[in-house]
Amino acid sequence: MTASLALGPAPDVTLGRINPVAQLSALIIVTVVLLTSLDVVTPAVLVAAELTLLPAAGLHRPGALWRRTWPLLAGALSVGVVNTALSTHPSVISGAGLGLRVIGLALPGVLLVASTDPVRLADALTLHWHVPTRFAYGALAALRLAPLLVAEYESIRLARRTRGVEAGRNPLARVRLLGGIGFALLVGAVRRASRLATAMDARGFDSGIPRTNARGSRLHPRDAVFVAGSVVVCAAAVGLSILLGAWAPVFVG
Amino acid sequence: MTSPGPTAAAALRAGTPVRVVARGLGVRHASRRAWALQGIDLVVEPGERVLVTGGSGAGKSTLLAALAGILDPEGVEVIGELTVGGRPPRQARGQVGLLAQDPDSQLVMTRAGDDVAFGLENGGVPAEHIWPRVDQALAAVGFRYGRDRSTQALSGGEKQRLVLAGVLVRRPGLLLLDEPTAQLDRPGAELVRSAVARTTADRNTTVVVVDHDAGPWLPLVDRVVELTPEGITELGAGWTPARRAAGLRLPDAPGGPKLLAAEAAGFAYRGTTTAALGATDLTLSGGRALAVTGPNGTGKSTLALLLAGLRAPTIGRIEAADELAAGARGGRRPDRWRAGDLVGRIGTVFQNPEQQFLTGRLRDELALGPLRSGSHATAAHATAEELLERLGLTAYADANPYTLSGGQQRRLSVATALATSPRVLVLDEPTFGQDAQTWRELVTLLAERRAAGCAVVVVTHDADLVSALADEQHELQPVGSAP
Amino acid sequence: MADPAVRPSSDATEPVAAGTRWRTVDIVVTAVLGVAFGVVFWAWNLAFGPLSAPLAFLAPLVGILNGVYLMPAVVAGLLVRKPGAAIFASTLAAAVSLLFGSPYGGIIIVYGLVQGVGGELGFLLTRYRSFGWGTAILAGVTAGLSTSILDNSLYYSDLSFLGFKLPYTVFTVISSVLLAGIVGLLLVRAMARTGALSSFAAGRTRV
Repeated sequence: MTASLALGPAPDVTLGRINPVAQLSALIIVTVVLLTSLDVVTPAVLVAAELTLLPAAGLHRPGALWRRTWPLLAGALSVGVVNTALSTHPSVISGAGLGLRVIGLALPGVLLVASTDPVRLADALTLHWHVPTRFAYGALAALRLAPLLVAEYESIRLARRTRGVEAGRNPLARVRLLGGIGFALLVGAVRRASRLATAMDARGFDSGIPRTNARGSRLHPRDAVFVAGSVVVCAAAVGLSILLGAWAPVFVG
Repeated sequence: MTSPGPTAAAALRAGTPVRVVARGLGVRHASRRAWALQGIDLVVEPGERVLVTGGSGAGKSTLLAALAGILDPEGVEVIGELTVGGRPPRQARGQVGLLAQDPDSQLVMTRAGDDVAFGLENGGVPAEHIWPRVDQALAAVGFRYGRDRSTQALSGGEKQRLVLAGVLVRRPGLLLLDEPTAQLDRPGAELVRSAVARTTADRNTTVVVVDHDAGPWLPLVDRVVELTPEGITELGAGWTPARRAAGLRLPDAPGGPKLLAAEAAGFAYRGTTTAALGATDLTLSGGRALAVTGPNGTGKSTLALLLAGLRAPTIGRIEAADELAAGARGGRRPDRWRAGDLVGRIGTVFQNPEQQFLTGRLRDELALGPLRSGSHATAAHATAEELLERLGLTAYADANPYTLSGGQQRRLSVATALATSPRVLVLDEPTFGQDAQTWRELVTLLAERRAAGCAVVVVTHDADLVSALADEQHELQPVGSAP
Repeated sequence: MADPAVRPSSDATEPVAAGTRWRTVDIVVTAVLGVAFGVVFWAWNLAFGPLSAPLAFLAPLVGILNGVYLMPAVVAGLLVRKPGAAIFASTLAAAVSLLFGSPYGGIIIVYGLVQGVGGELGFLLTRYRSFGWGTAILAGVTAGLSTSILDNSLYYSDLSFLGFKLPYTVFTVISSVLLAGIVGLLLVRAMARTGALSSFAAGRTRV
């Protein structure tokens, strides 16, 4: 659990050489295509394509992969089953299609998170997509505080015990305790954030001078190729679906 | 790699020192009636190094905030004159660098190099000029690691040095230091002070240090002034701070029965190979005080957690004597006791007092412990009143605990631990952030408890506390080193 | 007892815009709210996520679980009181839950955005002038509506309106008003009492 919370630099994986904005563009394209298709063929093709990228993101060990994705698979299964059973036109095929759609929507996110780190993402977003720098780096600063919050949870739980407050068996007491700890964490987070904002201002964050970027973010031809590739795969998926007569876009019927 | 070349430090410092002038300065927070600062007259010449000392609550941090130009214009009222380099502080912010107490609230990025570069990026410095200056800054403060070092994987002292590098890389004309070593252990504090001394040696920055603990800073500054409710007083050359324990007469340690023992007790976090605490043997007896000392990383706080019954040792045992364990369900192991039983037998004070606050009022905070361990409401409230009085917190009886200053919070934390009259007291750094007067009050209080038969354990870096109070000292060694 | 705050001294020569400009502290605190709730979402998803769809079997009552997702938007709006706070916090919370491993994919960001806009709408409707119970509940309603419309079109498009979609919306809105609106405002007020909000209007006045 704590491994995924350590927000250090992402491991050096192949997919990491693709610029984050290229990955995001591909993600958006795939998302749009999936959101508008209700058949089973399109998501199947796209999921297959996404699965081939998993090793490139360093996710080839089944154990690690399972850890990251089991709730997703459970959720997809549920969606499939529910829609099959409760739908106005029940059909296993369409249920499977919707389940696959859930997976197809989620995998690009999993790939992105496994292959990039928040600093690179912020750099790419501010330099290429002109996201306002104060918001991007303000968010980044807040993100750095996240693991600290998680570590404090345990300290606060122990501190409560020293004051005679403990969960015990009673579920209601449990909820109250969690609520109390959650509140203490939130107050701590807001205070830290206020002090951090002061420190950032003291280092010129609020000066109004246009920020430069020390690390930079470069676009390469391979990024364009990646995006083009995702367009091609989507076209192929839709094309195949039309050929097989299965295509059911969301804006028809 | 810890002592930088003189050229690195020199190349870093190409800023122009500024002059600081305050005349009749007064500051009041919007929500308070009393003035935080009044009638402040202070002139600091360019390149001078000044230490501002004074009791806690005297307004030192407010003065620094005013100099740094970070007072919230909507939330404070300011009268009098204050200029930094001839300009109002808010306009001079680009020339001022500030180093505060908590490194985690000052580090912005996840990698060391990125954090130092942050200030330069804000200043619009072109990317190609940034990294050389970052490397110079890291070398000048004696930072031991490379640019890619994760900021979380640093000790407190190293973190503060990194923050200092990030502040100095912008070549400020005025460097403000707000109790920068308050949260560090002695080696860490030394790291920071030596880095400050090195990087300001060439007088290219005016330095104002605020710290109630004046002693260690004396060799590094030219002048010492004291901040009191009446204003600023110059303390002449050759002034040395009074020893905190001077003339302190404490009741004797009567000694008593064994209450709690650690037998080869150690702790390792699940999934790690190195132990957080090596096997330790200790005995706590009523009427005696034990000090646990040692460098950071040797497991002092972990030992405190074990003794306080908050964690179970992974090797060895922690066992309470019958006298202590009587009436508690769960036998002799404190970590098995119910929280209500624990609170009446072992009182604990954490390093971070805020983590222990539960209610919205001081008075309720103090009454909570007794109520939880079974006292009646009137008795609990009476105890609360008495403790408030003792620790000088009566004026804040209805205030929210979070609104107190750091030193006051620590006193409150100690008071809440005492409220249930436990036989054993475990305190983690109880004297952090206390000025001379509150320090004496705290130490006297602990000595009185000892005289009443409590077993007192303090985990501390404070040598004065150890010499004043401790009957025994247990020094922890790094795990794995020869005894 | 408190004197009226502020006669700004001669120091403050820059005009401080009447509260629409985002200060650094506004940005970082909104972001930290987003991050904190993102962690909560991640934990909540682990606990309740796989359950939600099978629960939908039983009834559109599953909508009652949705309120927590709308909290960052409403809490941020009530605390920071700047236009866009709801959107920023909600989107960031979604992104953070994704970063920490909630596996619902890029679609989560869309949810965060839509939920943020929904919450923002509530504050917009009161023109960013009022931040008390009325606005809190209104923002809870608009946020709840936004997320149920999205859910209904995306995941439950095939199901019947009266049998599922409408009750689902109702339960979601109720959950949103309770958690995001009411608990949200209580949360902000409780934080104000600790003094943590001294840099914000929410910490100084009782609007």
